[in-house]
Amino acid sequence: MGFFLETLLGGLMAGMLYSLVALGFVLIFKASGVFNFAQGAMVLFAALAMARFAEWIPGWTGIANPVAATVLAFVLAGAVMFVLAWLVEFLVLRHLVNQEGATLLMATLGIAYFLEGLGQTLFGSDIYSIDIGMPKDPIFVLDSVFQGGILVNKEDLIAAAIAAGLVALLTLFFQKTATGRALRAVADDHQAAQSVGIPLARIWVIVWCVAGVVALVAGMIWGSKLGVQFSLATVALRALPVIILGGLTSVPGAIIGGLIIGVGEKLSEVYIGPLVGGGIEIWFAYMLALVFLLFRPQGLFGEKIIDRV
Amino acid sequence: MFYRENGQFKTTYAADQQIFPITQDRWAVLAIVAFAFIGVPLLVDEYMFRAILIPFVILALAALGVNILVGYCGQISLGSGAFMAVGAYAAYNTFIRIEGMPLILALLSGGLFATLVGMLFGIPSLRVKGLYLAVATLAAQFFCDWAFLRISWFTNNTSSGSVSVSNLQVFGWNIETPLHKYLFCLAILVLFGLLAKNLVRGAIGREWMAIRDMDVAAAVIGIRPMYAKLSAFAVSSFIVGVAGALWAFVHLGSWEPAAFSVDRSFQLLFMVIIGGMGSIMGSFFGAAFIVVLPIFLNQFLPLLGDMVGVEISTAAISHAELMVFGALIVWFLIVEPHGLARLWSVGKQKLRLWPFPH
Repeated sequence: MGFFLETLLGGLMAGMLYSLVALGFVLIFKASGVFNFAQGAMVLFAALAMARFAEWIPGWTGIANPVAATVLAFVLAGAVMFVLAWLVEFLVLRHLVNQEGATLLMATLGIAYFLEGLGQTLFGSDIYSIDIGMPKDPIFVLDSVFQGGILVNKEDLIAAAIAAGLVALLTLFFQKTATGRALRAVADDHQAAQSVGIPLARIWVIVWCVAGVVALVAGMIWGSKLGVQFSLATVALRALPVIILGGLTSVPGAIIGGLIIGVGEKLSEVYIGPLVGGGIEIWFAYMLALVFLLFRPQGLFGEKIIDRV
Repeated sequence: MFYRENGQFKTTYAADQQIFPITQDRWAVLAIVAFAFIGVPLLVDEYMFRAILIPFVILALAALGVNILVGYCGQISLGSGAFMAVGAYAAYNTFIRIEGMPLILALLSGGLFATLVGMLFGIPSLRVKGLYLAVATLAAQFFCDWAFLRISWFTNNTSSGSVSVSNLQVFGWNIETPLHKYLFCLAILVLFGLLAKNLVRGAIGREWMAIRDMDVAAAVIGIRPMYAKLSAFAVSSFIVGVAGALWAFVHLGSWEPAAFSVDRSFQLLFMVIIGGMGSIMGSFFGAAFIVVLPIFLNQFLPLLGDMVGVEISTAAISHAELMVFGALIVWFLIVEPHGLARLWSVGKQKLRLWPFPH
């Protein structure tokens, strides 16, 4: 029982991290109908930028305090993501207005390749580490209930807390601010939103900025867990079933989908994996999402798909 | 002046409906095919065969298959690499497990099994569309990656996980030298090219295109979406499967699952985008472009570096390759969404009027 709970908890923590990446996808899709395949590349790019800035800043400015350097690196990397968002809008999206979803998807694939190349050219392609001062040592909880207690990673707990905070912040932003309202209006109907005076181009830049910041946070957390390297870009591929399961347009869907996928992955790996040779995590998540889609094509919380001729 | 159809009168329906209604086109295509079979072997050395021509021919075949699904039927697939892998491993298993299996039959069985798997993973396309489907096909990719790596039956229980074939033979003709390999693959490509061209201009092809353009409207006018979509998946995966078998048997000789990773799927999709979606010709252009570009960059970038006095490392070249690929894809989507094939047809249109632009 203790082991089962430990696996479950591990799954939930992993799921929280998947939701972080999935959030980036959902935000962009919600506000512009673009399925952003480049989210993984953005996570890699942001993490690379942050890791390297943290390394370079003491040399540039003479700030020796590691905390200040990290914070400054975070801010700088955020600024880089803002510039990136603007460039994507200016160079790509602006020219692809009113194109089909498939075309936009492939454009983001192109962006993904470009960013992977650019990120590694600018920042190098070795393995870098991000140290945001997260405690690494595990703790034991519920000693009294189970023998040996349940092993919990403090790092995971903090990561989950950061993710939860980010989601709360985003929900507030979407529900309570004028910009958030404009974003939701654009998501509902581009043309109607334009006709009441909402500037589409600016909204897109804002959305990509937000997605960039989410990518930065995701990259920071993943990076400090696994190290910043090329494989970070494939984290996006792990997060895709999450949004399929949760629905492309739903922020809570991304969270709950992430938790389901995280738990499903870990439990299947531990309990089914040994029977078939292991390593089934990644396709199990996809299969889970796929089977789910057959019954509910719009995902858990997605909007109902209505076809009109 | 040379490309004019004045005086070519069509007096029968058959003449009006033929594949290349313009005489010059017909001759040009015949000349190109003849040149590919006879001229190229005389001109080209072994390195060119190995590095460019054989990969080009096989990948063009795969791109043809992907183009049928993505370009003609509008079902975005990111699982083409998986179908190639299924073709390769199915062909491998029938080839080594059945005594005296002819190579051609083994290749076709690869295609057949790829068809089955393709249709299986095509079933979600009846319920989910577009972006959801793109992700759903990734399931095929990751499942196959895993299956061929972990289930040792597929690899005939080899300890290293990589498998190999040798002694390829067709009707007593040994396929050993690069020239033989090239000719063999080219023959298959020409055959499938003709087949695909005829399919897409027939009734089934028009059904695919109707589904692509608007599936609900197509269903309203009496096209069965299930039949159209699944047949597109079937035909596409058959061709991709045969291409996968060729890639493994003829080009690589010995291979492991990594040869058909998700990157291969993306690569095939790029060929279709850059070449031209919904165009048989485009598949060839796309494949040629994507095969040649990395080789070109590998040669050209160091030269450029020398000129400005910068040493360019191999890592930098591979990063530059990614960037150029990405930028080109975006550029093509913005400037010429119909790809290189569109430029080709614009060129032909202009030639018809040349030298007078009206």
